[in-house]
Amino acid sequence: MAEEIRIGVFVCDCGSNIAGYLDVKELAEYAKTLPHVVYVKENLYTCSEGGSNEIKAAIKEQNLNRVVVASCTPRTHEPLFRGTCGEGGLNPFLFEMVNIRDQCSWVHMQERKEGTAKAMDLIRMGVAKAALLEPQEPIQSEINPRAMVMGAGISGMTAALALANRGYEVVLVEKSSETGGLLRSLDRLAPSGIDAASLADRHAEMVGNHPNIRLLTSTTVEEIQGYIGHFNVTTNTKGVRDGFEAGVIIVATGAGVLKPVGLFQYDGEKVINQLELEERLKSETFSPGNVVMIQCAGARNEERKYCSRICCMVAIKNAIALKERNARTGVRILYRDIQAYGTENEALFQKAKELGVLFIKYDPARPPQVQQGTVKVFHDLLGRELSLPQDLVVLSTPLIAGDDNEVISRLLRVSLDENKFFLEGHVKLKPLDFATDGVYLCGNAHYPATVREAISQALGAASRASIPLSKGVMSVEPIVSTLVDEEACRGCGLCVALCPYGALEIVKTEKGRKVRVIPVACKGCGVCAATCYQHALSVNSYTDDQVRKQISAFLNP
Amino acid sequence: MSAEFEPRIIAFCCNWCAYAGADLAGVSRIQYPPNIRVIRVMCSGRVSPDFILKAFQLGADGVLVSG
Repeated sequence: MAEEIRIGVFVCDCGSNIAGYLDVKELAEYAKTLPHVVYVKENLYTCSEGGSNEIKAAIKEQNLNRVVVASCTPRTHEPLFRGTCGEGGLNPFLFEMVNIRDQCSWVHMQERKEGTAKAMDLIRMGVAKAALLEPQEPIQSEINPRAMVMGAGISGMTAALALANRGYEVVLVEKSSETGGLLRSLDRLAPSGIDAASLADRHAEMVGNHPNIRLLTSTTVEEIQGYIGHFNVTTNTKGVRDGFEAGVIIVATGAGVLKPVGLFQYDGEKVINQLELEERLKSETFSPGNVVMIQCAGARNEERKYCSRICCMVAIKNAIALKERNARTGVRILYRDIQAYGTENEALFQKAKELGVLFIKYDPARPPQVQQGTVKVFHDLLGRELSLPQDLVVLSTPLIAGDDNEVISRLLRVSLDENKFFLEGHVKLKPLDFATDGVYLCGNAHYPATVREAISQALGAASRASIPLSKGVMSVEPIVSTLVDEEACRGCGLCVALCPYGALEIVKTEKGRKVRVIPVACKGCGVCAATCYQHALSVNSYTDDQVRKQISAFLNP
Repeated sequence: MSAEFEPRIIAFCCNWCAYAGADLAGVSRIQYPPNIRVIRVMCSGRVSPDFILKAFQLGADGVLVSG
């Protein structure tokens, strides 16, 4: 015989937040009349220690096997009340919450009667669902303690070293034939003045000598299957395919530099970009006569709306380098706004001015004109056009999203922003994580960053990635999809195609092709359950029966 | 039929957006008619056509799927 359902309902006054606008006494009396309800209690604050003690006591004394709390929103208080149920000896998933504050008393403050009637309906719907709730256990899954880092620029090498130094095995995958990324093209780095190539060499040497790091150069990632703890990666090294499993993945694939073809008479000889200038600066004898730099070349326009953030500081750094090499070199920087945040960068900006670098603001509506031997620019404050002598024009072009970003975003099922850079899970709460568990990002792959910022982010991403790695086992909420009727499943795979998280797969069984849920990857969205025309799949705590019961409890009590 | 028509509306709200929006309406004390009953789901993708038909079958005057 099935267990008798014994529901306890706790109706919260929330001080006067609910009791001031709804008739809570009437709600409590009403709850007593509902099916399976054996105990009802009105609390001044159900979430207080007193309230939770009353819940725990009632579970024992009244032998409750379901608890319903009618109070505020489950988005803030469901975890607390579930915990209370657990402490009282009841499975935390035999709990249902009814929102009679945020979605009732607070939005019907002038309609006590109608608001109270609505709250009655909501409590009736919650109690009806509660009667059908099933106990659930947290899902545990092991984590493979190996990490994959994609991209061996300064970000990727830093992240790989941070993880390897903590004792984790790291596979560092780099598509080009050498490590170092953009550092290989740069001259010196601001504000320290350190040589970029030697920084890259130092990291490359540490990576190469580290027993925990396996470096795969000239290698692309072809396929990634699986989920946090168990990513199955297929790589391709010069046509040879290989595979390995990793528990976490860090995306450090960097960015490209815009080649400003068609802009400001760019030719790569007399009109170059900052990256090409850095190549020339590597030669000690390089010393041009008059240099004009043009900021925001190909950026902050209709095609590329964003500010690449670092180009002002790059221009200031290179202007100083030219001036220090030869004080008579004329350097003029035509800019729209100067972005030189942070104390050191602001100081470099001042230093450049002191060295005689001229900063001239231009209006994007009247952009500078590059001509033979001169650059013409309209000076806003003077109200007239200036003709600046030039032997070399340097365009400050933005960093642009990597060519492979779209491919990688599909492989990992992670998002890109409007400019095709990788998009973090949350600006403030998850700045180095993707929305997909077990995948992290750092450096230029996310957005243009200075070397210093890229290193900080890489250390942060490695730290985030080491949380699951160090736990070894992960526990996830059991509000996930389940195959409730294996007989009914025809293995059509529609749910597999629609699952946004890669949490379903088709497996061959003795009974033919059947779907299998990968619970740790599932987020409980229920797209599969809504799609399955055979009703073979369901979502724990949101089953077809439970939702239907809520509908009928409202409309057809 | 003396009473004024009062529609009965069921709303399926995604926990992560629309349900949070309904909470925010409360926090902001935005007043709206008490004709709506919200059913919380973890994603509007959970709402199968079956639920919507069931609601209409049982006499709902409107169904809102928001997510």
